[in-house]
Amino acid sequence: MAVDPAVGTEGSPGTGALRAVARFTWRRPRLVTLGQVSAPVAAFLLVYVAALVALLIQSFWTSDSFTGKVIHSWTLDNFAEIANDPYPTIIRRTVFIAAAVTVTCMLLAFPYAYFLARIASRRLRIALLVATVLPLWVSYLVRVYSWRLILNPDGALNWWLNKLGLPDQNIAYTNWAMWLVFTYIWFPFMVLPVYAALERLPYSYVEASADLGAKGWTTLRRVILPLAVPGLAAGSIFTFSLTLGDYIAPSLVGGPGSSLIGTVVFENLGLANNLPFAAAFATIPLAIMAVYLALMKRLGAFESL
Amino acid sequence: MKRVRLVHMLVAAGVAALAVPAAGVTKSDALPTSVGKGEGKLTLVAWEGYTEKQWVAPFEKATGCNVTTKYAGSSNDMFNLMTSGGGGQYDMVSASGDASLRLIYAGAVQEVNMKLVPASKDFFKAFQSPPNNTVGGKHYGVSLQFGPNVLMVNKKAFKKPPTTWGAIYDPKNKGKITIPDNPIQIADAALYLSKTKPSLGIKDPYELTKAQLDAAVQLLEQQRPLVKKYWALASDQIDLFKNGGSTIGASWPYQVNTLRAAKVPVVGVIPKEGVTGWLDTWMLSSKAKHPNCAYKWMQYISTPKPQAQQAIYFGETPVNKKACKVMDSLSKGSCAQYSGNKTESYYRSIKFWKTPITDCGNGQKNCMDLRAWTDAWTKIKG
Repeated sequence: MAVDPAVGTEGSPGTGALRAVARFTWRRPRLVTLGQVSAPVAAFLLVYVAALVALLIQSFWTSDSFTGKVIHSWTLDNFAEIANDPYPTIIRRTVFIAAAVTVTCMLLAFPYAYFLARIASRRLRIALLVATVLPLWVSYLVRVYSWRLILNPDGALNWWLNKLGLPDQNIAYTNWAMWLVFTYIWFPFMVLPVYAALERLPYSYVEASADLGAKGWTTLRRVILPLAVPGLAAGSIFTFSLTLGDYIAPSLVGGPGSSLIGTVVFENLGLANNLPFAAAFATIPLAIMAVYLALMKRLGAFESL
Repeated sequence: MKRVRLVHMLVAAGVAALAVPAAGVTKSDALPTSVGKGEGKLTLVAWEGYTEKQWVAPFEKATGCNVTTKYAGSSNDMFNLMTSGGGGQYDMVSASGDASLRLIYAGAVQEVNMKLVPASKDFFKAFQSPPNNTVGGKHYGVSLQFGPNVLMVNKKAFKKPPTTWGAIYDPKNKGKITIPDNPIQIADAALYLSKTKPSLGIKDPYELTKAQLDAAVQLLEQQRPLVKKYWALASDQIDLFKNGGSTIGASWPYQVNTLRAAKVPVVGVIPKEGVTGWLDTWMLSSKAKHPNCAYKWMQYISTPKPQAQQAIYFGETPVNKKACKVMDSLSKGSCAQYSGNKTESYYRSIKFWKTPITDCGNGQKNCMDLRAWTDAWTKIKG
């Protein structure tokens, strides 16, 4: 319930204008609510929405190819250019890797989160949860660089493979390395919502399922998994969108043929000085995410956010 | 109607932006003939490592010009810093060859009277009026330091180091090759093609017609499957040569020296086709607020001592030939190590980076510009 300034002054004569405002809002609680949230709403509109609108407008402009100065004439050339080689390949590659990373994170996070929520003791659970988010305290760059050391031909991974009598891997600076690094880096973002979804699941459901004669596998498939879907969907929004926009991992652990959407945007800003094209290209992940979010909304992802 | 009004407003805003700084500075087309009293301040845009205390502090003490530096991350960054807001925020920039022509043609930098920089007489001939900072006989800044882009090979993998750039396009070296992640790298391919495919008619690796650029792009696209990594930072390539399985690549003397210091048996080869290279120039902003301090800086930074100090600190070659002796006195053998004592013809043979522009100098404006190069580079990397 909204607090009305008029309540405290009931019966007192009060000053004219303030009193009039109080009387006016007393009958209109919605207006009070609006007044209370107007500051954060204004900040949201100014910072997020205005930035996106500016981005969209930029994408319809063009820029001088020599000086890089933005020319304010309306054109669709930037969007037409996206259809040209090599951009469709780069977009497809980005979406494919984002999807692969998301699926891998799901497959790894579900059993792990299930163990955390259902099987682990309280102490172990806390210890494991801390261990899961611990890497987030370390700089992103450090974590990506450490993977370079692991994957290098004479790095830690090959050392272990040799110890086990297995042949050397050679995936440093390939798309495989990118997939591995992204999966590692975004893993906590998948674990946490899935864990939250599984933790909320009442144990009585599982018992009821057993009482009705369902075996463990059937209970998992028909009771637990459907109830975990919102958590998986919420996690996938993080892993998918974070991969979609990244440009650092491709430049550090990717090889030739590892450019992602983020790489192209970065190069157009940093090297070609082509702001409008970068803006146009940046609308692609925006559009992909819009479709993806609509899809996830149907799966109930936002209930567990 | 609305559109017209917007345009009018933009024009008005543009005129106002130009008029405001111009009102404070009295600038004529004539070059200054003497350097007046310092303004007490100098603002620079530079590469990191170009304004170290060991050579900036003596300058500040001698001239009273306090130096503040903004480090730039890329040539494009430099260009934007010098042109944004109409320019005038910074007095000077240590521009590399891939930015200098852009700065000149955009009117961001002004002509410099070389008579006021006496030490420039001691520069190697090749750097007294190089094409990346001298246009139509006008000097737009003083040359600073340079370095060649060499072919780096690990002697463990190559008993006899190759003498041709062809080695980095050779399928035999698949998975061992590292190439700089920079559109200007197209010039290296063009230089190689100018020698191996004379029918293309490439004279200057930075002035390429559409057909010539396409040929270079084709060569680089064939190279892509052979490449281990397009490196963005020098340290990336150093890592790759140390333990990343790379044994051959396009590189700078800096990496060769660093790897040798780490006991990796590499050599920097100047292949028979010649090399490209970079040459940095201190350029003077056309709206410099502290021109006297700027001239004092150009006078100072061209003298042998700071030239030698910077060369050793950064691992590059000074343009002042008298710096060689100072280098050896500071660190024995460093002059030869950084090629400060080579012949004039060696320096002349290096094709220094310059901004690709549409004007090829042949009267026809049919060359591909930097943006076309950058787009092509995105395509090459895939």
